Amino acid sequence: MTVLIKGAGVAGLTAAFELSRRGVAVEVVDTTDTVGAGASTYAGGMLAPFCEREAADEAVLTLGLSSADWWEEALPGKVFRRGTLVVAAGRDSGELERFAARTRGYEWIDANVIGELEPDLAGRFDRALFFAEEAHLDPREAMAGLYETLVATGVRFHLGGADVHSENSYAAVVDCTGAAAIATTPGLRGVRGEMIFLETPEIRLSRPVRLLHPRHPIYIVPREDHRFMVGATMIETDDDGPITARSLMELLNAAYAVHPAFGEARVVETGVGIRPAFADNLPRLLDRDDGFAIAGMYRHGFLLAPALAGQLAERLCAGEHPSLTRQGEIQ
Amino acid sequence: MLELYGTPVSSRLLLGTARYPSPAVLAQAVRRSGTKIVTVSLRRETAGGRNGGAFFELIRELGVRVLPNTAGCHSVSEAVLTAKMAREVFSTNWIKLEVIGHHDTLQPDVFGLVEAARILVGEGFEVFPYTTDDLVVAERLLDAGCEVLMPWCAPIGSAMGPQNLSALRAMRAHFPDVPLIVDAGIGRPSHAATVMELGYDAVLLNTAVAGAADPSAMAEAFAKAIEAGHAACHAGMLGPRDMAVPSTPVIGKAVFS
Repeated sequence: MTVLIKGAGVAGLTAAFELSRRGVAVEVVDTTDTVGAGASTYAGGMLAPFCEREAADEAVLTLGLSSADWWEEALPGKVFRRGTLVVAAGRDSGELERFAARTRGYEWIDANVIGELEPDLAGRFDRALFFAEEAHLDPREAMAGLYETLVATGVRFHLGGADVHSENSYAAVVDCTGAAAIATTPGLRGVRGEMIFLETPEIRLSRPVRLLHPRHPIYIVPREDHRFMVGATMIETDDDGPITARSLMELLNAAYAVHPAFGEARVVETGVGIRPAFADNLPRLLDRDDGFAIAGMYRHGFLLAPALAGQLAERLCAGEHPSLTRQGEIQ
Repeated sequence: MLELYGTPVSSRLLLGTARYPSPAVLAQAVRRSGTKIVTVSLRRETAGGRNGGAFFELIRELGVRVLPNTAGCHSVSEAVLTAKMAREVFSTNWIKLEVIGHHDTLQPDVFGLVEAARILVGEGFEVFPYTTDDLVVAERLLDAGCEVLMPWCAPIGSAMGPQNLSALRAMRAHFPDVPLIVDAGIGRPSHAATVMELGYDAVLLNTAVAGAADPSAMAEAFAKAIEAGHAACHAGMLGPRDMAVPSTPVIGKAVFS
């Protein structure tokens, strides 16, 4: 009895992990040659349920609260629990109050504490919100790490469009195809996200820094090798063409506002991903004739995929789905 | 009832559709406010895409009239092109015309605005120009063929509320028969009530609702304030006076000492 997972992004791999560790035989298929090649590769990797709560439903907080624990358990040593710093440019500092009023899990910190947390930002901001409980990870490392772990535990991958058995030969099929499911899933739409990678040895940051911005919640996430991921726009379209000049300008402006040394950084990569989202911007575990779909991760893939994967595994292992009761219990 | 380009409109609140936490929250706000017209930006918040603009489909499903806008356009040619695209996408001749003159204050470029308005009216559009409270610019827009004016009361998204009441009063007095809609700068329901008390015909809001902690509750609060201000304007308000005026006569009152 084997479950086929379609899609090797963050939703598919977390689902594979949850099923695999319950002893379910899993195969994963994807049209791309590598895991996490879709929107997952352009994710910020912030495990920031409190910051996201500012503009998202309470469910994002409740589902995302244990996300960092999940990732830490799945990938020991890959999760950085250093919190999130939220700052605003001088004339927008009133935005910090608005942000704070919409969420919780923060403390107000002054210039001294900002300087202790992030020495390179010393003297640049009078005050900030510090979300100590939040964490981050590198999405590309996380995807590669989950892939290795899954392969080691016997999960078979069919990448690059490699043939799988007829889908009928699986106990259940789980659609985790992300943006590719937009065309066939009623109510699902695409929200474009644009990001850039900057590289500079002149600045060090230990944790994601969010800059409050009137249009997009822009953040800078430090990565290895002096790289910084700066993201992300949110534009209501599923056009995945190259980043626009205006978006690039907004992201660069934001980075420059956080620290002028970003002006000398190299732009080493730009990226565009399409986030699938339902009208309420919350993900769903959907019933399908042949199994399930995990859909609509929106901008919360790494934050919420573990919770959705858990829901999927519980239902599959409880034999709840009609296609399974027909074919007998899993395990 | 308010008429805009010959179309009767039963709500005096126009709602922008940008920057809500989700389209579902936007839909709730539209329903609770009772608005009959929403504006949508064709340029900044949306673009092409394979699946034919799912966001636009959500907007159409709201079941209210769509007033597309040219938000984010900084030149006449951009604004004209965006207006033409909007006409195709939403099958409407209505266009809220924005030609932004300053990227920081988002102040309208009134020269470009008049030029773009003239071009669009010539192409059969019914233009809702986002303008300042300048009377001469307003005259030029009417000359260009606009039949509605949408002055700001403060910069877009600033939530400052009416900054120049005498200019707003003068505009109302100069154009008694032109529908006037305050387009930008409203932050609170009391701001909206204030401009409605001045005799404005309607109010257009976006950030004040979308950025509220509970957008649909705020949308309803605004709808009530707009109704209240409109009713008050036509109910004959008292002017302020320096002295107290007791509401009960004191002469002839029994005195006990």
